[in-house]
Amino acid sequence: MRHLKSLTRRAIILLLVVWTVVSAVTLLIELVPGDPAYAILGDQARPEQIAQFRRTHGLDRPAFFFSLIRNEEGWRLVWHGANNRYVEYWSGLLHGDMGRSFRTDRPVSELILQRYPATIELAIAALLVAIAISVPLGVIAGSRRGTWIDNLLSVIALIGISLPSFVTGPLLIYIFAVRLGLLAPSGRFDWTDIILPSLTLGTALAAFLTRMVRSSVIEELNQDYVRTARAKGLSERAVLYKHVLKNGLIPVVTVLGLQLGVLLAGAIITEKIFNWPGIGLLLVEEGINKRDYRVVQGCVLVISLTYIFANAATDMLYRLLDPRIRSR
Amino acid sequence: MNRLAKVGLIIIFALVIAALFAPWIATHDVGATDLSARYLPPSSAHYFGTDATGRDIFSRVIYGARISLRVGVTVVIISATVGTIVGAIAGYYGGWVDRFIAGYLFNVFLAFPGLLLAIAMVAFLGAGLNKLILALSIIGWVGYARVMRAQVLKVRELEFVQAARALGASDLYILWRHILPNAIQPLIVQASLGMAGAILSEASLSFLGLGVPPPAPSWGVMLEEARDLATLQTAPHALIFPGAAVALSVLAFNFVGDGLRERLDPRRHVDR
Repeated sequence: MRHLKSLTRRAIILLLVVWTVVSAVTLLIELVPGDPAYAILGDQARPEQIAQFRRTHGLDRPAFFFSLIRNEEGWRLVWHGANNRYVEYWSGLLHGDMGRSFRTDRPVSELILQRYPATIELAIAALLVAIAISVPLGVIAGSRRGTWIDNLLSVIALIGISLPSFVTGPLLIYIFAVRLGLLAPSGRFDWTDIILPSLTLGTALAAFLTRMVRSSVIEELNQDYVRTARAKGLSERAVLYKHVLKNGLIPVVTVLGLQLGVLLAGAIITEKIFNWPGIGLLLVEEGINKRDYRVVQGCVLVISLTYIFANAATDMLYRLLDPRIRSR
Repeated sequence: MNRLAKVGLIIIFALVIAALFAPWIATHDVGATDLSARYLPPSSAHYFGTDATGRDIFSRVIYGARISLRVGVTVVIISATVGTIVGAIAGYYGGWVDRFIAGYLFNVFLAFPGLLLAIAMVAFLGAGLNKLILALSIIGWVGYARVMRAQVLKVRELEFVQAARALGASDLYILWRHILPNAIQPLIVQASLGMAGAILSEASLSFLGLGVPPPAPSWGVMLEEARDLATLQTAPHALIFPGAAVALSVLAFNFVGDGLRERLDPRRHVDR
């Protein structure tokens, strides 16, 4: 019963958060200084063109249910009713429609769907890189706590966390593309093209995860079941990999879920470095640089919703994995 | 304080000196281009070499410390102040106020990856130093608010607070005099990590062309300019020096934050 109640509470918070995020993204466009129509068409545009543009993209309608207008008598509240952009954007969203690009007039949902797989591919590859590096390193550091190797790995991890992707990325390009000529510096044509971007995105996360795995292993090694396992004569190796790792990875899974979102955001920079045609590159190059606010809206929304749902899914997974948390 | 934290403090000290005395330390004009001196390797005339337009990289890296520290310090002050106040209100008053702040606001702000929120805000507001600071403060306050709220909840029911209340002290007095001093240490840890985060975010956004616009000598801008293939081929030092500056600064604040946290963690004391 309590289980159900906490699930309902979480679901309500999730819905509230989603509603706020969508509303914020919808209304953010109102913050744009100046008129988007002029930003896109230029100052030389004829009034008919401007009017046509505003009609096509719904900009001729009020932004929200009401607006505050200032005249000689001071501030006045004007009610506009349901025929506004906010309602329109929401109803479009529920039908999978995110409006049309200001520049190319193509549906934003189509543009995003085209780019989304590349981003997910990159995020998953980076996650795999991070796991492959961090689990062995974390176990080594945690099980040899306080030794020189532990200290060394901890320092390396801190350095790894502090190295931004826009330093490691170009460095990797310099080494592997410019100097050694082994890999292409950018683009997504060959299967090998994912190596450098996923290394760039994955190493920062690996550094962070190594610390997580390490402290988790240390915590588990102090548990009673470890003593039991040792007492019954299991080798240290079996204790570590059969018992400690199984329990110790549970908190790491939560962090992984949270990091998936960080990866998606970090992918924006990595995609820019390697010209990787994902949603981040779409956001920066097609959206922000070309002032195509409809594209910006769509990209921000899709990235945040992915993040929110990845977190919610991790939370559920965490509860399934660790029965102790269920009743909380 | 452990050894790494000391190393961190030394780096931070050097950073502050560079920022304060940039005009005296810099050897060249930061904006002066010299097309006859492009892509020069490091030498005694140009300690860090020159970039694609012949600007002196050493001078630009030194001036870059000003931008990074200015953004870092302003963002930390604004977000720590706002966060501490909001966190204190949530923790101290509890009830629906807490449910709104901790249950709703925290969740909303944590629902965005921080960098994405900053990018979105700058995309709509336009690039520039002040807008960047605003955007980073808006994403930064939640961290302090959570720390403060947790501390308030911990201290609120302790006897000395109860005693102060019984003696008729006002809420504000209790928060200022009794609760804040107890929360200050974790807040400082948060601020140290926040500095690292702000410096990193400034460089990231400037790198994406959404922060401080060129030709300002922001480290992010320098890295963006240094990463094209022509520059990488002939002048990798144009990438390495500003890159090292960002990494070292972020590393220093992380070292200090980490060292402080370790010192404050009572569990570490017991087993060491």
